[in-house]
Amino acid sequence: MSNYGFRKFLNRLFFVLCAACIVIAVIPLLSIIWEVIVRGAPQLSLNFLAATNSGGGIGPAIQGTLILIGLTSLIGVPVGILSGVYLSEFGNNQYAQTMRSINDILTEFPSIVVGITAYGVIVIAIIGSYSAVAGAIALSFILIPIVARTTEESLKLVPNSVREASLALGAHKWRTTLSVVLPSAKSGLVTGTLLAVARIAGETAPLIMTILGNRYFFQGLNQPMAALPLEIWRDSLQPQASLQAQGWGAALILILIVLSLNILVRLASKGRMRK
Amino acid sequence: MIDKSFGDPNLKMQSINLSAWFGSKQVLKDINLNVKANAVTAIIGPSGCGKSTFIRCLNRMHELVPTAKMSGEVLLDNENIYDKAVDPVMVRRRVGMVFQKPNPFPTMSIYDNVAAGLKLIGAKKGKNLDEIVKRSLEHATLWEEVKDDLKKPGTSISGGQQQRLCIARAIALQPEVILMDEPCSALDPIATAKIERLVVELKRDYTVVIVTHNMQQASRVSDYTAFLYLGSLVEFGATRDIFENPKNPLTEKYITGEFG
Repeated sequence: MSNYGFRKFLNRLFFVLCAACIVIAVIPLLSIIWEVIVRGAPQLSLNFLAATNSGGGIGPAIQGTLILIGLTSLIGVPVGILSGVYLSEFGNNQYAQTMRSINDILTEFPSIVVGITAYGVIVIAIIGSYSAVAGAIALSFILIPIVARTTEESLKLVPNSVREASLALGAHKWRTTLSVVLPSAKSGLVTGTLLAVARIAGETAPLIMTILGNRYFFQGLNQPMAALPLEIWRDSLQPQASLQAQGWGAALILILIVLSLNILVRLASKGRMRK
Repeated sequence: MIDKSFGDPNLKMQSINLSAWFGSKQVLKDINLNVKANAVTAIIGPSGCGKSTFIRCLNRMHELVPTAKMSGEVLLDNENIYDKAVDPVMVRRRVGMVFQKPNPFPTMSIYDNVAAGLKLIGAKKGKNLDEIVKRSLEHATLWEEVKDDLKKPGTSISGGQQQRLCIARAIALQPEVILMDEPCSALDPIATAKIERLVVELKRDYTVVIVTHNMQQASRVSDYTAFLYLGSLVEFGATRDIFENPKNPLTEKYITGEFG
């Protein structure tokens, strides 16, 4: 019976260990959010959101980040989703196997390498200057593999019987994929895309080497542009307390953008589902 | 049993020396079988005897499984559906299918499920969808139960209703042949009885091939019965003969429940 008591003790110990680890995992995150709110919230004002740096605001950075998110999604989401469709629906061959492995490697590719590549290829060789579009392309390189992977995973969760039902009606494979399989996997696709967008919204390294930063509002796709991660990074290196405070404000805005994006897309996909 | 009856207008489909494999495993061996028009042909046999593979060869669904192979011919109105010039998609429009587990499209309403075939093959232009949906649901004896809930998801109704919805979805396309792969195996007795009545109804307009592991069901609904065992066709004939006067001792053992 002493043995039983010991095993019972081990059982408790295991539970306590797991419970403690989840606390360790979550506390830093919560404390970061708390810190950002406490230091960033006092900065918030209409002027802070709308004015340029010289006016004491981060307007260009907010605008730049929103443009980057939009542009990157425009380039990356269709390519990523269709790649995932290929891997899931047509991926039963050696070529797809290889592509899948490469894609997996790219998912965890260091973003600084993506940045330096985009710098060499797009900024230097093709466009000839730091530019908004170069940043969006660099971020697409990060976004596409993530979207492709999550798309493949969500499509694989769609039961084969659903595909067969459509094919047995005499629907072509492309029609089955677009009208039956993709809609069935919609919530997975939305979540995957959202995670990828949230990830790229906070990327800093590729932006340093592609969009560079800008003190002014949007000046064209082929011109340098501001963005929130760059703003946070630059402000944090400044000696002036006021600029550092501005960086905290920018960090809060970045978190809020990612959060509201998350909530919006979730609501939108729920609404469509109910129909 | 090689096609002596070639050109017989009463014959809707024929399989000629049909063999099928998954990888290196042969699951059908030289099946020669005639399917009469406007009749119900039942395929019976123990699990794993190749019943489902056989009917999936009749609308070229078999080849969708990776590693699947087949040889031989399947004639539909005396044309080989495995001819190189034949598009499998066109075959499936003429030979519809109902599966073992009800599989309505989960993202679509009841209405859209029935209309799905026409929409997916782009044939809805110039047709009155409402009329087709109503007629198909009536034909599948489901209309009275769902007429007020057409906008509800196809997966919100009971299993038996879902299976009749799948039948409605198949007949909305007005195929010539309807294949049913154990359509009642996931259903309770009451739902099963409804589907069985429906199968008998359907032969007025369609040719039906039904796979079942339930021999009573085969004897209740079918005009002809084929007994498959280990991938071979053991016996084929009028249902009454098969059940009352089986010629092959193996058939007799199976229908009397000695094995299976």
